[in-house]
Amino acid sequence: MNKEYLRLDKIEGPLIFLSGIEGASYGEIIKIKVDDGTERYGKIIRLEKEAVIAQVFEGTSGLSTKNVRVKFTGKPFELALSTEILGRTFNGVGRAIDAGGEIFSNELYNINGRPINPVARQYPRDYIQTGISTIDTLATLIRGQKLPVFSGNGLPHNELAAQIVRQAKLSGDKNERFAVVFAAIGVKHDDAAFFRKSFEAAGALDNVVMYINLADDPIVERISTPRCALTAAEYLAFVCGYHILVVMTDITSYCEALREISSAREEVPSRKGYPGYLYSDLAALYERAGMMKEVEGSITYLPILTMPNDDISHPIPDLTGYITEGQIVLSRELFQDNIYPPVNVLPSLSRLMKDGIGEGYTVKEHPDVANQLFASYSKVQDIRALAQIIGESDLSPVDQAYMAFGRAFEGDFVKQHGNENRSIKKSLEIAWQLLSMLPKEELDRLDDEIIAEFYGK
Amino acid sequence: MTSNSKIIMINGPVVKADDMAAFKMREMVMVGNKKLIGEVIALDGAVGTIQVYEETEGLKVNEPVLPTGKPLSLKLGPGLMGNMFDGIERPLHKIEEISKGFIGEGIGLISLDEEKSWQVEITVKMGDSLKPGDIYARVQETDIIEHRLMVPPSVTGEVVHVVPNGAYTIETALVQLKGQKGKRTDLKMYQEWPIRLPRPVNERKMLTQPLVTGQRVLDIFFPLAKGGTAAIPGGFGTGKTMTQHQLAKWSDADIIVYIGCGERGNEMTDVLEVFPSLIDPKTEKPLMERTILIANTSNMPVAAREASVYTGITLAEYYRDMGYHVAIMADSTSRWAEALREISGRLEEMPAEEGYPAYLPSRLAEFYERAGYVETLNCQEASVTIIGAVSPAGGDFSEPVTENTKRFVNAFLALDKKLAYARHYPAINWLNSYSGYIKVLGPWYTENISSDVLELRNEMLQILYEENKLSDIVALVGEDVLPDDQRLVLEIAKVIKIGYLQQNAFHKDDTYVPLPKQHLMLEMIKFLYEKSAEAVHMGIPISKVKNVELYNKVMKMKYTIPNDDLTGIGRLMTEIESYYNGLIASYQ
Repeated sequence: MNKEYLRLDKIEGPLIFLSGIEGASYGEIIKIKVDDGTERYGKIIRLEKEAVIAQVFEGTSGLSTKNVRVKFTGKPFELALSTEILGRTFNGVGRAIDAGGEIFSNELYNINGRPINPVARQYPRDYIQTGISTIDTLATLIRGQKLPVFSGNGLPHNELAAQIVRQAKLSGDKNERFAVVFAAIGVKHDDAAFFRKSFEAAGALDNVVMYINLADDPIVERISTPRCALTAAEYLAFVCGYHILVVMTDITSYCEALREISSAREEVPSRKGYPGYLYSDLAALYERAGMMKEVEGSITYLPILTMPNDDISHPIPDLTGYITEGQIVLSRELFQDNIYPPVNVLPSLSRLMKDGIGEGYTVKEHPDVANQLFASYSKVQDIRALAQIIGESDLSPVDQAYMAFGRAFEGDFVKQHGNENRSIKKSLEIAWQLLSMLPKEELDRLDDEIIAEFYGK
Repeated sequence: MTSNSKIIMINGPVVKADDMAAFKMREMVMVGNKKLIGEVIALDGAVGTIQVYEETEGLKVNEPVLPTGKPLSLKLGPGLMGNMFDGIERPLHKIEEISKGFIGEGIGLISLDEEKSWQVEITVKMGDSLKPGDIYARVQETDIIEHRLMVPPSVTGEVVHVVPNGAYTIETALVQLKGQKGKRTDLKMYQEWPIRLPRPVNERKMLTQPLVTGQRVLDIFFPLAKGGTAAIPGGFGTGKTMTQHQLAKWSDADIIVYIGCGERGNEMTDVLEVFPSLIDPKTEKPLMERTILIANTSNMPVAAREASVYTGITLAEYYRDMGYHVAIMADSTSRWAEALREISGRLEEMPAEEGYPAYLPSRLAEFYERAGYVETLNCQEASVTIIGAVSPAGGDFSEPVTENTKRFVNAFLALDKKLAYARHYPAINWLNSYSGYIKVLGPWYTENISSDVLELRNEMLQILYEENKLSDIVALVGEDVLPDDQRLVLEIAKVIKIGYLQQNAFHKDDTYVPLPKQHLMLEMIKFLYEKSAEAVHMGIPISKVKNVELYNKVMKMKYTIPNDDLTGIGRLMTEIESYYNGLIASYQ
């Protein structure tokens, strides 16, 4: 396969069309030499007889139908990996963009990965203490979980993710090896710089691998950025035995890139112009988190997405929520009340917490207390709505207690300092102080014994 | 078979090939050098369109396409029970042996274990004349399930050869039949059946029996029938999967087929880890021994997702034909519909609503209509119940999949985000759920529990409806301005919601509640309501009528009164009676 093809039929957006090609395989990588001496890469996304459609990672600007030499590699998109990648920074197609030079390794991995066989998975049960009360108590992060942060533009999701990285690292790790894989997809320069700085401040830079695609980088690279990052994560976790935390921002940019390419391919759109395969495509990313039997490492996955117009029913957060194991939802209202982290606990959820908390994991009464907090805080919402109409002073004494509980919940429990690392014990102590503000008989999710043991103490 | 067919186009899971005139629609084919499994879904002249059940990356134009001569079929025989398969009946444990950890391509079509030998008990003798559905041998498949080997639907004849009882592998010919024209047919331990074709029965019968689930909100308020259909729609985080798991664990079907269709890998792992340790209340054996799992997780090939629901229902029908009551859980049918949409998009078909193909409603109808309470070919009563989860986009029940599903199911269990946020589980909204089986199940409830149970249900539902109306007023002006009898309605509604409708799946007693206790609990709430109402009518203020301690006791009876000893209910009723008698006496 050393043939070079010297002519393109058509260039449209990120796609190039070629014909007269022999022996090309679906998904294979092509090398495009431009006459200015640069080299670009593309991937075949459709084959029909001798015609090929390929998407070009670095974008098509500067290409003409005649100034290129196209070579078919016969291989899918593979990444060379070794533990040397730790501490390094790469672009969206896995090429080094720091001063360290390329990675040379014989271990090549297809960036699309393969689905983990459900029978080979190990069900995640070990809880990760993040030091953030709302998450630890009410949406507990479990090692091997995929737990996205649903945020909005301008909300402090980056700060929250950085705090989790900083604090989660320290909890209970004995001699386990820990590393962070960070992927930036279509983010602003200053956001990427913020993460770099916060990893640096945590002294973790040597254990971080970064895959960066900035907002002004080529669109097609946004498709490969998360895949490169997850392939590196899989390598470090399942081959080298590291415990990996993957932080990825911003999934919304990823989906928009997908939409852009889909529309260039003239595919039938489904909701809001996103392609019909958005669900399968996102799943192919999210499902790469997890733990496997007989393998030491794990991948815990914290993708961040900004909900367009703060709308949780937008296709991106909606489909994400159906695939991931819960979500942490940030609220603009709390943010405007100057509460950090502005976690809205009611729609936040960790599906795996049921098996990772309670006796033998955190503390025995944790599940019941969490349930009670949810139920009581949910009631606060109804009472607030009422108080807006009739005024707080006209509320019944019980309702007034709920109002006070609601304020304290947000002010003392949700709110904490960006450097404050609360233990689960401390978080539950605060929770009991709050619950003790309500009359005992309002605590309908708690057993009498638990109430007797902790109420008012 | 030989063929000159070659691939001419590749687009994701959709592949086109030429020279396919000899291929049949819906035929299973092997695609490319890796022999990926695919199915013919369109034929246009010599060009055929194939959907491929495995990852197509690396496939080349001009690679061969080989026919198999038969439609996509399942091998049905011992070895299904307690096992986990992918969307086209390939055992995931076997795949794990071949391709460690991750699922590779080109594994080929493997299904039942061909090496394992089973202890077979033959039930026919030489000279017997057999017709379709007749049982010719039995195999104890698991401790619970006896696998009955049946004559396939198209075969009849006289037994001319039979092996003695003993241990055989599934490929052994156990019985030979001689048909009318002297045609001899070997009956092995398995038969093959195409997944898209419903298996025949003698007749479909009326539904008369409930599917008892041990979940109060279902059994009493929105009951399911054996042989019926139900949909569980709900946005993410509302507990669809949890509800499905509870039904899989506790419903009184003989066999459960659980299809994880486009859902999370960890959920399937959870089922695999938890079910073997759960004990079936009826047989006291691990639940896994009566369960078949089909897993096509969201990152597995999308075409196999489309096939997975048919695989599941075909397995269910096969066990139904042996005379079992089978319940099938499909989680989630929306992912299946999306798989249809995805493939339809790749075929460049004209989309209907929200990009879904125009044939979505007919496909849904075909699927749900395979449920039913039947008389099987061997004249036994058996059933297939379908419970499909629906994941509406944005939690909006007016989207096409939910809307169309509603037309073909009889019970609709709407999960509610607001209830889920308040951690009211199961988050089944009593205002917009319904069950069309109340009427047909009436006689069963009268005969087996009590004659008043449905009446009781309606009264309680009335209280909940009234509370819903009142809560609009309360949201505007507060509870205090309501008259006492209306405030009592609010209090009792709270008791029903917390003490009855909420059910704790993690509590050892509350996770499954037998019907007699469900009934008595409701009687108790009604009794409390009547006594309280009597006191309110006497003009006793609500603050006195609502005895916090008693109300709490009623709300917590689900935990405090054990399932196997209901005497506590009588004691609590006496306590309520004496309190209110005392209260009323003091006001007279």
